[in-house]
This record gives sequence, structure tokens and C-alpha cells, in this order.
Amino acid sequence: MAILLNHVNYIYDEDTAMAHPALIDVSLNIPDGQFIGLIGHTGSGKSTLIQHMNGLVKPTSGQVLFDGEDINEKGYDKKALRAKVGLVFQYPEHQLFETDCFKDVCFGPKNQGLPKKEAELRAYEALKQVGFDDEYFYQSPFDLSGGQKRRVAIAGVLAMRPQVLILDEPTAGLDPKGREDILGLISRLHKETGITIILVSHSMEDVADYVQRIIVMNSGRVQFDGEPRQVFAHYRELEEIGLAAPQVTYVMKELKEAGFDVDENATTLEEAKNEILRVFK
Amino acid sequence: MLRDITLGQYYRTESVIHKLDPRVKLVATFAFIVSLFLVKNFIGYVIAFLFLALCVKLSNVPPRFIFRGMKAIFFLLILTMVFNLFLTPGDPLVTVWKFKITKEGIRLAFMMGIRLVFLITGSSLMTLTTTPNNLTDGLESLLKPLKKVHVPVHEISMMMSIALRFIPILMEETDKIMKAQMARGADFESGSLMTRARSLVPLLVPLFISAFRRANDLAMAMESRCYRGGEGRTKMKPLIYQSHDYIAYIAILAYLVLIVVFGRILFV
Repeated sequence: MAILLNHVNYIYDEDTAMAHPALIDVSLNIPDGQFIGLIGHTGSGKSTLIQHMNGLVKPTSGQVLFDGEDINEKGYDKKALRAKVGLVFQYPEHQLFETDCFKDVCFGPKNQGLPKKEAELRAYEALKQVGFDDEYFYQSPFDLSGGQKRRVAIAGVLAMRPQVLILDEPTAGLDPKGREDILGLISRLHKETGITIILVSHSMEDVADYVQRIIVMNSGRVQFDGEPRQVFAHYRELEEIGLAAPQVTYVMKELKEAGFDVDENATTLEEAKNEILRVFK
Repeated sequence: MLRDITLGQYYRTESVIHKLDPRVKLVATFAFIVSLFLVKNFIGYVIAFLFLALCVKLSNVPPRFIFRGMKAIFFLLILTMVFNLFLTPGDPLVTVWKFKITKEGIRLAFMMGIRLVFLITGSSLMTLTTTPNNLTDGLESLLKPLKKVHVPVHEISMMMSIALRFIPILMEETDKIMKAQMARGADFESGSLMTRARSLVPLLVPLFISAFRRANDLAMAMESRCYRGGEGRTKMKPLIYQSHDYIAYIAILAYLVLIVVFGRILFV
């Protein structure tokens, strides 16, 4: 089920004066079951990159392979691919359109050609997975709060039972509580179902606690790709491209410099807490 | 896909045409459109073509970019030509079952086709080389005399500039929603006419909601900056004619004279 990107280039507005490269020689391997954070500044190409993964955008050159098959080959079933590689766009609540939440979530599985019963079953399951209350099932999605709408929208993609779930800034515009809820939900989803998850964000803070691997994009290129601690070790370069390591990294660095014997590679709040407690014992 | 529609889009580059006063460009476009309907013969179209080609050349807008916008009206163009081809009475040349192709029909279809293509090219050239703001400024200034008869000129031009400003935004929004629904397995391109029409619901409902949301936000933003209509409003950059604008007016006049003389009076 792995996704493989092979020297992918993409140029926006080709043939006009506005032409500019959005992706430059991107090669990535996304194996099964990984929880990945895709980080980059606005305009770094991360949104363009994920649209390549489910065939919404065709690379100018290079290939995108899913299960070893080139998805841009003629005759490749893109509709089936999009059910396998679920993509939740930024502000996904803006695509809700049905008269009630349940119907909206059914839209995806129905498009897959599933019978009504099966589609409804999946929709129910997906809404439960995102922790949506039964009592709102038959309410208009437009009457819900922002966080609830977003849950419905995520469920709309989950209902297709994707093997890879890509979320483009799922926490944008939510308050801290809503943000934590959504991130916790995604993390739980990964643990329970074992599907591959790619979490797109411009905030290291958001992803550091959850992901196994971080890919940093900068002006269309993959700048860093590795485990969080490896990536955060480059915190100076990260600052140069307008990103920053999580605050924990800085705290640990400064503690180390002040002469405390802490492990400066602690990346999550939990690890840092344990390190500091260990030293002060 | 939706990026192909160039109507109402601005193409940012440096050129003589870009620098012209928007009023000149509005008058020129109007004159050009009128001239297309005055022309009666082939030579007139040659003159119109040369004038248009010169403007396109001067504007530094790649012709490919202009013609891309033509795709959107391709259907209309073919339809117009076919209707003219078959439904013009006159000398029948070929008769297929009930349909006759007449000599006059061929001539008319050909002329209508050229006319439509020139019309679109001319007006897209104007919008491609003029920012929406400038365009409505120019329009407001040209229509100012109508204020005397209580036409709300400022309000109309404000509505126009907002509408024009929103075209690219809504276009992008449409593209985004379309992609989002395609990611959920929606199919906009296949099926019968009915299924296709029905498949637009997941696109149109979110689009309308977003348009209303944006309109609401904009109204709020304008009000909080004390917008209260055109009464007593001054401009930061008032329109002032430069010498090249006068030259352009002379060029337009010369073109009109040429068209009338060669396209209408001589060689009828």
C-alpha cells in the first residue's frame, strides 16, 4: 500500500508569466502504517504535494506510485485510489452540503458504489470514530460549531475506509481545546486502525508529540526527512526557513548549556518532564 | 480546468497598453466593438485584425493566454456559426435533406465567427491589461454625467469592482471545493446530463454558502471603515490624462475612420 514519489516536479501556471515551480525533484517513500508530519511554511508546496498523492494534481514530470502502480497511467482507476488515499482538505467544513450530517458522511461511500445499507453502516462507524454525538446526526451541518463541523467533514472521508489518511492543517482556525481534541482524535485513530496518516501543518508544536516521522518542505523541496529528534537537531536551519523546533527543544538546549545533565534530544513534553525530574531527583 | 477562463482576469506585466488610462481603454474597446458591427467586407476585418494584433503585441500578453479564454466560448461560437450556416436564406449551394447551405450562409457564418472571436479577444485584452480597480474607476469617471439624471454611478461601479474582484476568488474556491468533493469520490465529468446536473449540487451548495459568507464579511469590513456611499468621496489616485493617452485617442479615431472608409464606404 506504500506511496512512492519518484522525482516529482510540478510547475504552477505553466506557459504564463506567472509560472513558478511548486515542487522540485521530490522523492519520498511513504510506507504502511506510519504517522507522518508534513511541515512547511505557507507556499512551501505541502498542499500541492498531498494533492499528488491521490491523483488530484498531475506532476509536470516524475511519477507517483501507489502499490507499485503509476497512478497517472491511462486507465488507472482514480476513483478507487481516492477511496484508498483519503484526503481531508483545509477547512473541510466548507464542503459540507447535505441537509443533515449523516447524509453528508454517506456521500463518500455512496460514490464508491456501495449499497445504501453498507454506506450507512460505514457512515455510522465513521461518525462514532470521530466522537460525534448521536443526537446531532440528523441536524443540519450548518447549525453546528466549527469543531463539530470539522469532525463531520473528517468522518466524511473516514467513511470511505481509506488506507492512507491525509489531513491538510486539520487544526487551522480552531481554539486550543478544539485543536487538542482533533489531534488526540487523529492519534487515537492511528493507534486503533493502524492506517497511514499524514498530518500537514505549519506548526512543529502541533505534530511533535504525535508523529513518528517529520518531513520538512521548503520552497518546493524536501529539506529534512527523519524522526522528530533528528529533524529538531537542525533547529537553527529550521529557524532560517521560518519554522521553529518545539519549545521543549529550546528549554532542553538551554538547560544543557546552563550545566544541567539533561538529554537535549527530548522532543515531547512528556519526555522532557521525565528528563528534568530525573536530573533533579 | 477552471484556470482556463481568462475573462475578467488581470495579467500582470509592463507594457504601453497597461500604462494607458483606463478611460482610454474603455473607449477603445467600445469603439472596437462598434467597428466590428460596422464592417461590411473582408478588408474591414483585415484592418480590425491588424489593429487588434498590434494591440496584443504592444500589451506583452502572450497570445496563448488570450486564446485559452476562447475555449470557454468555443461552444457558443460553433453554435452561432452552424445556425448562420444553415438558416440563412439565399442561393442554395449544397442541400442535405431539409437543410440548405447557401452562399450567403457561408459568408454570414464566417463573418459572425470572426466577429465573435474579435469581440472576445478585444474585451479580454482590456480586462487582461487593466486592474479591476482601474477599470471601475474609469467607468465611474466616464459615466459621471449620468449622475445628473440620478443614476447611482458610484454604487454601480462599486458593485462592478466587487463583482470583478470576486471572480478569481470564487474561481479558486470552486476549484478547491471541486477537488475536495473529488477526493470523496464525486464525479463531475461522466454520466448523463441529469446525473451531471445532480452531481453539481455538492459543488454549488458550498459555493453559495461561501459566497454569502464572503459578502457578509466584506459588508462588515466596509462598514467598520465607515463606508457610506459615494457622496463626498475623493480618490487617492485620481485619473489624469497623460500625453500618451491623447496619442491613443488619436490612434483610435484614425482606426475608426479607416474602418468606415474601407470597410463600409469603399468596396461595398
